[in-house]
Amino acid sequence: MNLHEYQGKDILAGFGVRVQRGIVAQNAQEAVAAAKQLTEETGTGWHVIKAQVHAGGRGKGGGVKLAKNLQEVESIAGQIIGMNLVTPQTSAEGKKVHQVLVAEDVYYPGDSEPDEFYMSVLLNRGTGKNMIMYSTEGGMDIETVAEETPHLIFHEEVDPAVGLMPFQARRIAFNLGLSGVAFKEMTKFVSSLYTAYVKSDSSLFEINPVLKTSDNKIMAVDAKVTIDDNALYRHKDYIDLRDLREENPIEVEAKEVGLNYVDLDGNVGCMVNGAGLAMATMDLIKQAGGEPANFLDVGGTADAARVEAAFKIILKDPNVKAILINIFGGIVRCDRVAQGVIDAYKNMGTINVPIIVRLQGTNADIAKELIDNSGLDVLSATEFQEAADKVQQVLA
Amino acid sequence: MSVLVNKNSKIIVQGFTGSEGTFHAGQMIEYGTNVVGGVTPGKGGQTHLDKPVFNTVKEAVDSVGADTTIIFVPPAFAADAIMEAADAGIKVIITITEGIPVADMITASNYIKDKDCRLIGPNCPGVITPGEAKVGIMPGFVFKKGKVGIVSKSGTLTYEAADQVVKQGLGITTAIGIGGDPIIGTTTKEAVELLINDSETEAVVMIGEIGGQLEADAAKWYKNSGSKKPIIGFIAGETAPAGRTMGHAGAIVGGSDDTAQAKKAIMRDCGIHVVDSPAEIGKKVAEVLS
Repeated sequence: MNLHEYQGKDILAGFGVRVQRGIVAQNAQEAVAAAKQLTEETGTGWHVIKAQVHAGGRGKGGGVKLAKNLQEVESIAGQIIGMNLVTPQTSAEGKKVHQVLVAEDVYYPGDSEPDEFYMSVLLNRGTGKNMIMYSTEGGMDIETVAEETPHLIFHEEVDPAVGLMPFQARRIAFNLGLSGVAFKEMTKFVSSLYTAYVKSDSSLFEINPVLKTSDNKIMAVDAKVTIDDNALYRHKDYIDLRDLREENPIEVEAKEVGLNYVDLDGNVGCMVNGAGLAMATMDLIKQAGGEPANFLDVGGTADAARVEAAFKIILKDPNVKAILINIFGGIVRCDRVAQGVIDAYKNMGTINVPIIVRLQGTNADIAKELIDNSGLDVLSATEFQEAADKVQQVLA
Repeated sequence: MSVLVNKNSKIIVQGFTGSEGTFHAGQMIEYGTNVVGGVTPGKGGQTHLDKPVFNTVKEAVDSVGADTTIIFVPPAFAADAIMEAADAGIKVIITITEGIPVADMITASNYIKDKDCRLIGPNCPGVITPGEAKVGIMPGFVFKKGKVGIVSKSGTLTYEAADQVVKQGLGITTAIGIGGDPIIGTTTKEAVELLINDSETEAVVMIGEIGGQLEADAAKWYKNSGSKKPIIGFIAGETAPAGRTMGHAGAIVGGSDDTAQAKKAIMRDCGIHVVDSPAEIGKKVAEVLS
């Protein structure tokens, strides 16, 4: 589950990580009130207005702006809320902005120059351990840093038996070139950040930038936080943080009926049991000259109700020109699935796109007979290649 | 020979009396698998499916000499079940459970690393040695005995591959479902190594998917091993978009080196017979072995 910046910062702050303070606002009036309150609480003169959407690169799309007075807060907030923000990480249409974070200005002048770093906490899949990845090059796209100056990216892997050790926090602070107060601040920052990561069952923290202020404070100016969905059962208080407006509405609907669905741009819908076979089926559609319109894993029970729900989800996409159902029946019997397809088809009345049903495994022959004798406009196949050929045939 | 499980394996089922455990243990016994009992804490002393139920894995090891376990315990308790099995001296721990929190798996994999055991999974279909032992949830009839080993991250795609191999008149030595999670006990490389070193296995089918480096690691090991035993490979997810999780928690393209295209290029470079179409796995195996 992905969180908004303000939600991620709330979690971080709860574990003692210093963050750039801010107040979330739903409209321009709330933004002005938030700015006044922030000035009272923090003494900040200027404010940063930041679009709250689940996408990186917001600044590049005009979703992060500095306001030097309350009039500017009002006009900038009014302009950002409601806009379709296009960033390098969104589609060409962009993402609609529903709220902004009004944040304190932390780049104020002082005794030393402010400095920006990069820091993330994530799983190293190769070793099965968490690691802190960090760089002196903050505020930039880390992929670019990795490409151009890979020697400026450092890793610190954490032994799960003992957790992050103080010497590791010190090594990070040294590698970032810090000394004095800022050095101490950074070791504290790193330790509390790692604690927050573990205690919140996150699967990704990305803090870009981590800022050293002109008065040597270390703080998170941004926060990208992803919580491990499988661990949400032990964090009931996080469940409300899910913002359905940020997700594809068809995917949300599919999830509600227990289908694992990912919306894609192609013209051939598919319905498959098992994630690996579903991806392979998408690949086969491409080789047959089509483009997959979705990933859809119906799971182990492909009965009439589920098949019907899956049909409805797939057909919401107007680009779908054909549907390929690919079920390898093991424990689930193919004749049951075939009956499910026939019942669902009849319940729905007319389906205006050709359907190819490929059923293989337990009772595949009976299933093919059922489909062939159903009188419905459905093409049946038993071999994988045969299904591909039929997709090619209906697209031609 | 075969690998990991055979007719002499003494298998217990953790989460034996639950609905999943009951159903699949029944199927395993019907297949002829040597299931010697099961574990459900609090139900020790009872009999289930005509087999003894134990409170702890240790009791099962002491009483019936269990050396292999299959875990159907719900996700919140599954990592604990893995560690209990390792502590009790079980040698092969096959974990079917899907949805275990990553943090729990970090703990479990760290705990078992110095124990004398091998973890398969989690989030996998299990392991089958046709005609000897089915320790998993796969449909047994698809897997005929033969000389081709299979390593795969996916369930139904493994059945698909086995079916294609069998339809070419060939069969399977052992099929290993290693699982689709970000942290798994036995890697692609380790599973491939087991099969390459198995005297009965004459070719290996290696099925991977987007995300992570496991297939690339396996391919590089294979090249360095100098083995002449052929590997036939397929990577699912060429059409998957970057940054999206495709069903399996581990199936997500993170960068340019874990796409299907990148993995296939490395595999080809290391001498693996890679097919682009998932419909051509069986055909390619037959061609390579002929």
